Amino acid sequence: MSLKNDFLSGLIKENPVLVLMIGLCPTLAVSSTAVNGFGMGIAASFVLICSNLVIAMVRKYTPDQIRIPIFIIIISTFVTITDYVMQAYYPALYKQLGVFVPLIVVNCIILGRAEAFAYKNRVWSSTLDGFGMGLGFTLVITVIGAIREIIGNGTIFGKAIFSQGFQPAKIMILPPGGFITIGVLMAFLHYFQNKVNPR
Amino acid sequence: MDSTSLFGILIASLLINNILLIRFIALCSFFGVSNQMETSIGMGLAVIFVMMMASAVSWLIYYFLLVPFDLVYLRTASFILTIAGLVQLEEMYLKKYVPRLYRAMGIYLPLITTNCAVLAVAFLNIDYNYNFRQSLVYTFGVSAGYTLAIILFAGIRERMALAPVPKALQGYPIAFFTASLMSLAFLGFKGLFGL
Repeated sequence: MSLKNDFLSGLIKENPVLVLMIGLCPTLAVSSTAVNGFGMGIAASFVLICSNLVIAMVRKYTPDQIRIPIFIIIISTFVTITDYVMQAYYPALYKQLGVFVPLIVVNCIILGRAEAFAYKNRVWSSTLDGFGMGLGFTLVITVIGAIREIIGNGTIFGKAIFSQGFQPAKIMILPPGGFITIGVLMAFLHYFQNKVNPR
Repeated sequence: MDSTSLFGILIASLLINNILLIRFIALCSFFGVSNQMETSIGMGLAVIFVMMMASAVSWLIYYFLLVPFDLVYLRTASFILTIAGLVQLEEMYLKKYVPRLYRAMGIYLPLITTNCAVLAVAFLNIDYNYNFRQSLVYTFGVSAGYTLAIILFAGIRERMALAPVPKALQGYPIAFFTASLMSLAFLGFKGLFGL
């Protein structure tokens, strides 16, 4: 039962982007299309799951004072792997994401989960926590990418969905559109939370 | 205007590609510490200071250590460790020798280790193939752009704290809308020099 909780909490209740407000930079920067968002989500999830797994494994041998540098080295190892695999097999996506691939290393979600969860919990639940958080992140970033792509370009995952008459609002795939989209999403979330349990 | 001249680099990094509003780097601190004018000024100054040191040191490490020994694949790990170590060192130095400056920006220094802008600039200097002088100018432009944007944003947010905002929009959502309008304004610089 608690394993299931570890998995589900990252998905909705403690969704990293919309609720915990961390990992904003990649969420906004690469979500101009659904494909980019999805790619970034998968890459970050891979790093998150692997680093959670390894950190939970070595937590008993890690001296408390130097745990942060150790976390960073573990995380940056997996980021380097992701960086090189992406460069080799998905060069087009890699070019689109650019500097944000190496920047996964300072993504607050990953270091945050290492410190708050993997360092205190068993291997199995840490891995599931990584899965849940990664999935929550991927979901949000893909949805934001899809919204921006539909309104700003009239396509989804690269396929046109409107007839000829549709005028795409270019602003949505430009930087301001990212801020607007996440602002609207968050306002909706607040609205429904207020409705469910009014303070 | 030549986009590789030093002045061109400065203007491009300060306004046209503003790191917060156009490139979306370091947003966590942008929304996190911009509640008050004073803290934003402190954070901005600390970022200028750390970023200049960090990008100079990581440029030297990349071209004099990693490239000659064929260790380029270690750049992610070595840059982040360099920055973390440097921030620690600067904190100790300031505490001992420049206590006034330390009091002004002391608490923001550890926060900067996780500020992705510092690492991003170190990478971008390498990606753009800048030489040492160009990379210093670029770094100064980026960090000054960060300070400019966060101070402007803090000014707006201080006013907004008094404004009657619809309940669902209170807090972060309205801040995002404000940032969006600022970003729109900064897009206007794109026409400058045709860079």
